[in-house]
Amino acid sequence: MNVTLQVWRQKGPGSPGAFKTYQVDAISAEMSFLEMLDVLNERLVNQGEDPVAFDHDCREGICGSCGVMINGRAHGPQPGTATCQLHMRRFPDGSTIVVEPWRAAGFPLVKDLVVDRSAFDRIIEAGGYISVDTGSAPDANLIPVPKTVADTAFDAAACIGCGACVAACPNGAASLFTAAKIGHLNLLPQGHAERWSRTERMVGVMEHYFGSCTNHGECEKACPKEISIDFIAMMNADFLRAKLANRRLAAQYR
Amino acid sequence: MTTKTETRAPLPVEFYRSAIGKKWVMAVTGLGIIGFAIAHMIGNLKMFLPPVDGVPDIDIYGEALRRLFVPILPEHVFLWILRTGLIVLFLLHVHAAYSLTVMNHRARPVGYQGPRSYVAANYASRTMRWSGTIFLTFLAFHLADFTWGLPPVAPETWERGAVYANFVATFSRPPVTVLYVTASLLLGIHLYHGAWSMFQSLGINHPRFNRARKVAAYVTSGVITIGFIAPPLAVALGYLK
Amino acid sequence: MTGLEAKIPEGPLENKWESHKFSVRLVNPANKRKLRVIIVGTGLAGASAAASLGELGYQVDVFTFHDTPRRAHSIAAQGGINAAKNYHNDGDSVRRLFYDTIKGGDYRSREANVYRLAEVSLNIIDQATAQGVPFAREYGGLLDNRSFGGAQVARTFYARGQTGQQLLLGAYQALMRQVKTRTVRLHTRVEMLDLVVKDGRAIGIVTRDLVKGEIARHSAHAVVLATGGYANVFFLSTNAKASNTTAIWRAHRRGAALANPCFTQIHPTCIPASDEFQSKLTLMSESLRNDGRIWVPKNPGDDRPPEQIPEIDRDYYLERRYPAFGNLVARDIASRAAKRVVDAGLGVGPLKNGVYLDFADATTRLGRRTIEERYDNLFEMYNRITDEDPYLVPMRIYPAPHYTMGGLWVDYNLMTTIPGLYAIGEANFSDHGANRLGASALMQGLADGYFVLPYTIGDYLAGLLNEPPVPTDDPAFGPVEDEVGDRVRGYLATGGSRTVDWFHRELGKIMLDHCGMSRSAQGLEKALSDIPALYEEFKTDLRVLGTGEELNQALERAGRVDDFFELAMLMCVDAREREESCGGHFREEYQTEDGEALRDDVGFAHVSAWEWTGDAARPEVQNEDLVFENVALTTRSYK
Repeated sequence: MNVTLQVWRQKGPGSPGAFKTYQVDAISAEMSFLEMLDVLNERLVNQGEDPVAFDHDCREGICGSCGVMINGRAHGPQPGTATCQLHMRRFPDGSTIVVEPWRAAGFPLVKDLVVDRSAFDRIIEAGGYISVDTGSAPDANLIPVPKTVADTAFDAAACIGCGACVAACPNGAASLFTAAKIGHLNLLPQGHAERWSRTERMVGVMEHYFGSCTNHGECEKACPKEISIDFIAMMNADFLRAKLANRRLAAQYR
Repeated sequence: MTTKTETRAPLPVEFYRSAIGKKWVMAVTGLGIIGFAIAHMIGNLKMFLPPVDGVPDIDIYGEALRRLFVPILPEHVFLWILRTGLIVLFLLHVHAAYSLTVMNHRARPVGYQGPRSYVAANYASRTMRWSGTIFLTFLAFHLADFTWGLPPVAPETWERGAVYANFVATFSRPPVTVLYVTASLLLGIHLYHGAWSMFQSLGINHPRFNRARKVAAYVTSGVITIGFIAPPLAVALGYLK
Repeated sequence: MTGLEAKIPEGPLENKWESHKFSVRLVNPANKRKLRVIIVGTGLAGASAAASLGELGYQVDVFTFHDTPRRAHSIAAQGGINAAKNYHNDGDSVRRLFYDTIKGGDYRSREANVYRLAEVSLNIIDQATAQGVPFAREYGGLLDNRSFGGAQVARTFYARGQTGQQLLLGAYQALMRQVKTRTVRLHTRVEMLDLVVKDGRAIGIVTRDLVKGEIARHSAHAVVLATGGYANVFFLSTNAKASNTTAIWRAHRRGAALANPCFTQIHPTCIPASDEFQSKLTLMSESLRNDGRIWVPKNPGDDRPPEQIPEIDRDYYLERRYPAFGNLVARDIASRAAKRVVDAGLGVGPLKNGVYLDFADATTRLGRRTIEERYDNLFEMYNRITDEDPYLVPMRIYPAPHYTMGGLWVDYNLMTTIPGLYAIGEANFSDHGANRLGASALMQGLADGYFVLPYTIGDYLAGLLNEPPVPTDDPAFGPVEDEVGDRVRGYLATGGSRTVDWFHRELGKIMLDHCGMSRSAQGLEKALSDIPALYEEFKTDLRVLGTGEELNQALERAGRVDDFFELAMLMCVDAREREESCGGHFREEYQTEDGEALRDDVGFAHVSAWEWTGDAARPEVQNEDLVFENVALTTRSYK
């Protein structure tokens, strides 16, 4: 099959960028989207043109490295699918495909389709963990966790940190990413000790880098792991309780 | 012994400083405004009730509002308490919306250069700030028309307390009817997203009633819109005179 | 040549680790603050080690070439993690996990290391659970287990089909907690390109910032490599695209011995390649073999769709040849059996390059619901890639390179032959012998990082208490930095006509053909003449565009492929020298009459540790004899 690509090319954060059109002919419908970009790059190098930079690694939808806007949708048209698992058979032969990097203040552009998502690391380090030093854990079966709770926690924990939620959100908010981690840890009994401080701190850092949630629900549809915006509601509820609870705790110490 | 403690602003202030706090405020004020809208709409529907001893029912209702809690409080006082509350609700709602909009613009200084294709975000959700702003402008017209009686917005015959007559006079002017109907539809669109969004922002969420949340939101916005549109249309179509 | 001293503690097997922990020197908390450790890699081993050392109070610098530590390829492990918890009362014990691992590795690993691994497996599950890793649970709220990859007890803990992801996120979160407390400094998008050795000790590394291109020096009291395996030498593998050998290869060139490089694991349940543009292969959890039945048509050229082939015309070849274990035989055996039927022309699918993995019987027996519960995400993944629905038609699978048991030689303390240089996780050779059992990779990575290295590295660091780290302006750094710079500029200056990927693909083909699932002296000789020829071409005909002062992904790959070339030669040399068939290493000359592997315990019960001589084709070997005092060497039989 043949496709026409309009790819965002930009040398670096300070340089101007623009769409560039490439005709990519004679590719197989069985190829993944990234394999198609590989072919484009190989051809570009053979023509003496700089290849398109794009992040990718595992190519099986779990590492979260890849992710571009494809025809105005984060990770492209197939629901619940990361860019690396999107196959060319999803596009009609002869179609034009617009490829653009994630755009958000929290994700500054590095080059072409590559952006810097380290703001997510800042959110995690603010409280996206359970403080348990190596060696201090009790026996794993000491605390039973109801299966439904464990399953729901897993639904949230499935997040791969790709940033599609931010990219898709009309407000550039990272609520789904943050809520998924907060939901995962707050639901589990192991995470209860730090529930309130975690919620407060992670939300604080999230709002420093990203926009606010206005409940469009676009993130949920873009998420390759189809994480539900129910977790955002849980985060909102926990945030108010966190503010109250932290105050109560602080008052006790005073 | 003294321990070092963080100095923190009072809880409501600190809470309001966060975007999630602002969304809570938007949701709570939105809920208040919806409550007012429902009461207002019920009041309007009294246009359809027959007059009592020759006095239109809605005029009696208006007078009753002014005389709420009258032996206890002087006339108008409680109404003004309500009005003040309503004004505060609107101010908070608008301020929160404004600051969130500024924040969201900052979150994406360079927008997408190619066309976007939305999956979940709908017309209502993406135009909240516009439907809200336009409706706010309309409110000024509405107050001038009914509350302050300022010509040329209000009809020549405007008279304080004569609600029924003012109502009929105003909607006997077709452009005004069109304006009100449009504004009501705009309000409906705003509520269509807002009433559901409110549940999310307040973290009211349970798999058992998540479907019901949407239904409740749509029914509310639908009922309010129809309830507001019906009396003006009845006047315009000559059913009410 | 340095002597190989495994430093296995004295005493009975069960007490070795306990007594060793008591005998190692400790570093007091005030001194830990003054000691710097460099960790390269943030997979399970690297992230867990960095977090644990940070918690202990060391100054840790951790490096990853990814944009965040959470991307490391450990994340893609699906099936699970073993631990001898015996929660199911089915006869499991530390001793049994030890025994299964030694036997599964075809008796080519150290008893003491494997026993320690089995012992600490218990702590890993506790640690991960406390971190909030959402392992699968039963309705009573306790942890669920499944039997996995040839084990006869249910000892595998799992988190849907994303166990690696959840464990890595646990370790990553623990790491980020230390980053916040500033015990760990995180360097993202920075790649280690060489090791610096002074007076025989590892004192630092030289790195390249992948965004700005800056080449920089970093010094420390000890360097830990947790950079994973090298299965990407085959180009088409299940490894992530960026997984590479550079860190361990550069360490090897600086004097670290590389052990058993030819021991590679070919995973039996991967999705066959669909066309020539395929960039990598996707693995599906081996747990699929618990319920799926593997078969091919009995007759070559049987082109009927699978559902129309009657039972009588199907060959369930694993069940036929290995009645006791059936579809659950060890990975190497399942892989070779698949290769055999496909080579015999019985392959299925458009390219005739797969075998069927059929869930029809299991669906009838257990109901679709149960199958969905167990495998839904795997089925979805298969469907997404192939556009076929495994609920309706059997999956097609074929083996693919997946894991490398070989790696840097390490002693019991996980230290390489260079003092101060440690290797943990897949980067070392230690625990899996010639074949790794399913659900053991996650176990080993975390064992090394959480529970072994934090003890053993202290013993080395305790000897450096009053020495500040070697300053980075020390003369030892200069030449290394220059070499790295020359190499990077060299790729850009070659100005040839072929892309890096082209060379990589060609190298992969040679390796798959001659050093893959089955090897022969003749084939290895051919590879050893083809690889250097291709390598010469690489040096003269490579084309890398752009500059070194920007994000240049082709330039990154050039360096990695360069090192793969030299490693490939060493793998072939090692495979040629090992004249026996064991585990993942199958020499055609050494097989029984019915085609099973023929191991030679007299001649080859040793670890081959190779040293760099300056000539990739002529390395020197030193053998570490393996002593088995607690298990009897038997021939693996899955019949």
